[in-house]
Amino acid sequence: MNFKLKDIGPQLMTVIAVVLVFGFFTYNAQVNMENRGIDFGYGFLSQESSFDVQFSLIEYDGSHSYFRAYLVGLLNTILVSVIGIILATILGVLVGIARLSPNYLINKFAAFYVEFFRNIPLLLQIFFWYFAALRALPLPQDAEAMFGISFLTIKGLFVPAFIWENFNIFFYSVVAAIIAIVVIRIQAKKIQETQGKQTPVLLISIGLILILPLLSFLIGGVRLSFEVPVLKQLATTSFIYEGGVSLPPELIALALSLSLYTATFIAECVRAGIQGVGKGQKEAAASIGLTPNQVLKLVVMPQALRIIIPPTTNQYLNLTKNSSLAAAIAYPDLVLVFAGTALMQTGKAIEIVSITMFTYLSLSISISLLMNWYNNKIAITEK
Amino acid sequence: MFKYLKQLTSLVAMVAVLFTFTTESMAAKKSKTLKNTQKKGFVRCGVSQGLPGFSNADAAGNWTGVDVDVCRAVAAAVLGDANKVKFTPLSAKERFTALTSGEIDILSRNTTWTLSRDADIGLTFVGVNFYDGQGFMVRKSSGITSTSQFKNGISACTNIGTTTELNMRDFFNSRGISYEPVAFEKADEVVAAYDAGRCDTYTTDKSGLAAQRTKMKNPDEHIVLPETISKEPLGPVVRQGDSVWEDIVRWSLNTMIEAEEYGITSANADSMKTSDNPQIKRLVGAEGEMGAAFGLDNEWNLRIIKQVGNYGESYKRNIADTGILPDRGPNELWTKGGILYVPPSR
Repeated sequence: MNFKLKDIGPQLMTVIAVVLVFGFFTYNAQVNMENRGIDFGYGFLSQESSFDVQFSLIEYDGSHSYFRAYLVGLLNTILVSVIGIILATILGVLVGIARLSPNYLINKFAAFYVEFFRNIPLLLQIFFWYFAALRALPLPQDAEAMFGISFLTIKGLFVPAFIWENFNIFFYSVVAAIIAIVVIRIQAKKIQETQGKQTPVLLISIGLILILPLLSFLIGGVRLSFEVPVLKQLATTSFIYEGGVSLPPELIALALSLSLYTATFIAECVRAGIQGVGKGQKEAAASIGLTPNQVLKLVVMPQALRIIIPPTTNQYLNLTKNSSLAAAIAYPDLVLVFAGTALMQTGKAIEIVSITMFTYLSLSISISLLMNWYNNKIAITEK
Repeated sequence: MFKYLKQLTSLVAMVAVLFTFTTESMAAKKSKTLKNTQKKGFVRCGVSQGLPGFSNADAAGNWTGVDVDVCRAVAAAVLGDANKVKFTPLSAKERFTALTSGEIDILSRNTTWTLSRDADIGLTFVGVNFYDGQGFMVRKSSGITSTSQFKNGISACTNIGTTTELNMRDFFNSRGISYEPVAFEKADEVVAAYDAGRCDTYTTDKSGLAAQRTKMKNPDEHIVLPETISKEPLGPVVRQGDSVWEDIVRWSLNTMIEAEEYGITSANADSMKTSDNPQIKRLVGAEGEMGAAFGLDNEWNLRIIKQVGNYGESYKRNIADTGILPDRGPNELWTKGGILYVPPSR
């Protein structure tokens, strides 16, 4: 190795400059905080939070620590992001394909949807869905039952809770089915490559995922029953449903607006991806005798996905970061619970904001890494 | 001899000038905030984003309210003009950071004085300009007339980042009632959600409830329950570490309250200069050296009373006449059955 100053000089200077700038900021913050009598430290994380949160995936109340409150906020952020990403992807793919439909009505309707929803600021859409929903939804006592067991009201969506017996057996059967499917897929690919025979993998997969859990019911002793929500009177005109599972309207409104908004961008990515595959490719594939399904699966999609995945990753990141607008409508996400209430109760602004920033950074990088891995996996290997 | 006498007098005069100069600027020198305020020509004051009666801006951008009047009083004392205030509307979340980072010099934003806030975050509370307590608002049609009728599963709308969230937990926990807290970042959204029927009750400081009730679609459909579940002494806050500025704000507020006690109003303040009562004369700058310790002139308190008025005038103008809380309750002077009691200006 033979380093020349000419080569490493600029890099060295950049590193020194970055260190100096950060050092200056840290020093400056320290001096100012000392002058104003603010201590710095993360010790507060183990203190009792003494505030409650509306909606939590893990057990939590005010007697738990601030760190637990942080986890509650983080999990809620992840929950709404995952729901949003799934819904946005499904809707985005459908609308993207619809935009290429030869049917005039479907085509124009999809175009209208995209142009309408992507051109209105997201915060306004969140307010619209939340307050429009609150105005439109019935009070609990006026709600009509959906399928006789679920109730969509101003206080949220109340659905029956599953009461399991021997849940672990059911769970293992599902896991076993998934493992079996993966093994069969790998085998099928090998057979295809070595002998050129096609195995009906999809049919076998569907069969496995249905039959194994079904067997767990029949011979594994798994029992499933439902706890249906029941109306309870709190006062003359105020009611609530008890029992079952309740989803707060804040979560529903946020997931809905995030996915409706992001789906427009994903739809455009999908359209671009499909249109990016040359017409000659499809015609060539058809001419060697592939069925239309095989053309789509073996020729069009592998090439389209290469175009679709990278910009869609951006949309997933955007959706996750946009979920921080939750604070406006009282959905207890990371920003509301941790960078909101916890910050104000402790006054530890620098610590909490830095943790929150680092958390969003980690979330985004995780999604990004996952999508890059998927992108590399489906990329066409150049030979 | 004559020559020497002349020299001596000039020496004495010089020493005197020097001495007065040092005493006068001593306080100003010690207080960076006072010096900066006088240099800028306006008081930087943090207020709420709109709470009628406390700090609220009209369509033309003029701020009114009892919290606003504290800042105006400081401006009158320090700069001679109650209108030389720059108001910064702050959310509950931003308020302390804005103060500790030096963006504002007084936080007068219906802020509850608590031990942890006073001790922890680099703040100093200077006094109380409104004694409040947390209460509950419900719809009249619900038939609830007391918090004892609350049942498991009740949903309560409120703001985040206030003592309200903590009090609410203490209240429901001590009674063993399970509840659903729905906490919003801004008060307008809390009101909108409660008004739409999202929550069974809306909880915050009672003054806040009374003020927000006026914003509802139909104010008559809602009542504030009689119970008060917490002590909420609201008052102005300053940064830690500038005791002269702290004293100026504290005594500007005290002057307003004491002026009411002695019957000095914005209308009669000038004529009170010739009063027989030395306490009244001190309050209008006609006796004693009440401003020197702050680095202010002697009529700083007279200007407060003349330009802003006494506490009673401020309360009447902002809270009583606007129909928010016509009854002064604990915010009446100690001489009239309330708990407003301030140390004497002397």
